[in-house]
Amino acid sequence: MIFKVIKKEELKHLFDVLAAENRVVGPVEAGRDSNGRPIYAFDQVSDFNNICLDYTTTKISAKRYFLPYQEDLAGFRIDGKDWHKKINYNIESPYIFFGLHACDINALNKLDKVLLGSVYPMPYYAAKRKNMFIIGLDCIPQPYCFCRSMGADTALHGFDMFLTDMGGQYFAEILSDTAFNFLKNIKTAEPAYADRMRYIKIIAEKKRKFTVRVDTTDLANILDMEFQSDVWKQWGEKCLACGTCSQVCPTCYCYGVEETVNINFHEAKKTKMLYSCNLIDFAQVAGGHNFRLKRDARLKYRYYHKHRGFVEAYEESLCVGCGRCGEACLAEITVPAVISSVRGEES
Amino acid sequence: MNGKLEFIDILREKEKKYNRQHDFNAFEFTYKAEITTIHKLTQMENLYRVRIIDPEQGKQFSFQPGQFVMLELPGIGEAPFSISSSPLRHGDIELCIRKAGNLTNFLSRVERGTRVGLRGPFGTGFPMEKMEGQNILLIAGGLGLAPLRSAIAYVQANRSRFNTVDIIYGTKDPSQLLFAYQYDVWRADDITLSIIVEEPDTAWKGPAGLITKILEDLFRKKDKTFFKNTYAIVCGPPVMFKFVCTMLSQKDIPMQKMFVSLERRMHCGMGKCCRCNVGSTYTCLKGPVFDYWTVMNLKEAI
Ligand SMILES: Cc1cc2nc3c(=O)[nH]c(=O)nc-3n(C[C@H](O)[C@H](O)[C@H](O)COP(=O)(O)OP(=O)(O)OC[C@H]3O[C@@H](n4cnc5c(N)ncnc54)[C@H](O)[C@@H]3O)c2cc1C
Ligand code: SF4
Ligand code: SF4
Ligand code: FES
Repeated sequence: MIFKVIKKEELKHLFDVLAAENRVVGPVEAGRDSNGRPIYAFDQVSDFNNICLDYTTTKISAKRYFLPYQEDLAGFRIDGKDWHKKINYNIESPYIFFGLHACDINALNKLDKVLLGSVYPMPYYAAKRKNMFIIGLDCIPQPYCFCRSMGADTALHGFDMFLTDMGGQYFAEILSDTAFNFLKNIKTAEPAYADRMRYIKIIAEKKRKFTVRVDTTDLANILDMEFQSDVWKQWGEKCLACGTCSQVCPTCYCYGVEETVNINFHEAKKTKMLYSCNLIDFAQVAGGHNFRLKRDARLKYRYYHKHRGFVEAYEESLCVGCGRCGEACLAEITVPAVISSVRGEES
Repeated sequence: MNGKLEFIDILREKEKKYNRQHDFNAFEFTYKAEITTIHKLTQMENLYRVRIIDPEQGKQFSFQPGQFVMLELPGIGEAPFSISSSPLRHGDIELCIRKAGNLTNFLSRVERGTRVGLRGPFGTGFPMEKMEGQNILLIAGGLGLAPLRSAIAYVQANRSRFNTVDIIYGTKDPSQLLFAYQYDVWRADDITLSIIVEEPDTAWKGPAGLITKILEDLFRKKDKTFFKNTYAIVCGPPVMFKFVCTMLSQKDIPMQKMFVSLERRMHCGMGKCCRCNVGSTYTCLKGPVFDYWTVMNLKEAI
């Protein structure tokens, strides 16, 4: 890897160079909550001053740019008994992500495993994923962050360059050739010994700031063993089955497909919509049978998929510990609380 | 220097060789097929014969009994159906479809000549070759006969390679019996066929009751060596295969020699939508055909 240091004022130049010719997405302030605290969101930005590089966590992950909540998989032209199918991957030009935290980069890496790396790679995701340039950004652990427990507090790959704030300058890890070339547009310097030591110190300080943790030791097995545990019923009673947790989650990718026909009967389309396993009809089949009729069965399944199924398949969990689901849940169901209750820990 | 990112067209990156499981373009690829005939089997079920229009593509389309396809009617919907015909016939398949909702009701009203989309085949099949040299029990409840019929066709085509073959089939009442016109042919191929209905009508001459009743009668006629050399395929609702497999297990047929087909909601067939998960297993990839041992070890399977 190549390391550089970049003066803060130079970053604006980099932004301007990139924004001149590309679509740039970054964290912006979308509003304020009832306590007057900013609510952050990822959005397209053209002015560097609108990017909030000191943002905490966006309420909703950036997934609408790579897993849109709704997207057409195909369109049809219908002609009597015959038809013609046209497939569109729904992207025409690349996106630059300016300031993704490590958890969100790791979320992409996890999605890559199932959506690109396994059988039947998904072109709709691939087309968007391959057309992303990612500038990662370090963060300050929030009271709900447990990414460290999930091994997602540092990103090792899946970005083009990663910036760590060191006061007046950024420490930059450069992973891709593209990033290396873009940096030729601005002034950078080789990190001196003092810069490197300062970086190491900052990273170590960050580790100490985590307040919540999740014990993942043998978790896949414990979930298997405690499948019938009563704690699931208790959580099930609290859960509103609203599906918000999946909507905000950077790694939830489950979906449903629906076809609709135009009023003139000459055009039709096949649409994919992100879904949530907490919604009632997720596993309902023809004849009316529902394999997960009860809320606790569905809530449990979400944990099962993330912390057991994915682990079995890819030796890592499908949760990056960003804490978004817990923050968004009206019933205050959080991953650390659920897992610790399954483990039989006192809360 | 410039700061423009080059757009990568993943279509240009595609492999030369057509590889269904790894080529991006395979994901939404649909064979265009034509419904060539429609047989009304019962009030609720029709048998659709569907042929892939391009003969080259048709030849490519080969499958194992037990596998399924996604059938698409543009603008109406897409759903999984087990292939119900002989695997010897490539690209010209039969689907036995029950009216259950939007797509299936619409299908019951279309005319022959209608063009549909086919994706697949997907999932696992019954390991017919492994069963050669052995006795086979083919046990179906209700619509379970649809996937089983493909296995039956395989057995008929390779009758010399199997020992005794028994079909045991049960439905609610006689009006629901599927493929009645084929029973004589099966019997002529030295396949024993026993049928039972739960609610007989006045014309019904066969036995009445649950499928397990026929199994008990059958087991009384068989000896230990029979069970030692027997494979079973059980297709039907979960309650049914649970009872049947438990009975077979009591006769010391190993659970790994019993195969069942699970039904789950499916929106992709390719391990992506997660709708078909049982516990954390994808029914569309690891199933729908599982051996019973695996099913017993899956959480929330039955
Ligand atoms: C591996 C497999 C093999 C099957 N083989 C056959 C077969 O050989 N013959 C047959 O008649 N049926 C078969 N089915 C069931 C068939 O897929 C459903 O009947 C069909 O999806 C109903 O679609 P619809 O549009 O008519 O119903 P809808 O109007 O979409 O819905 C009616 C009901 O079906 C459920 N449903 C919707 N979409 C699906 C879906 N994709 N998968 C399962 N349930 C769904 C809904 O929850 C709803 O309760 C099979 C299912 C699977 C998973
Ligand atoms: S866990 Fe919370 S956010 Fe998720 S479905 Fe239940 S109530 Fe909604
Ligand atoms: S499950 Fe919750 S904590 Fe884990 S990645 Fe998804 S939103 Fe973040
Ligand atoms: S049907 Fe979509 S994952 Fe199995």
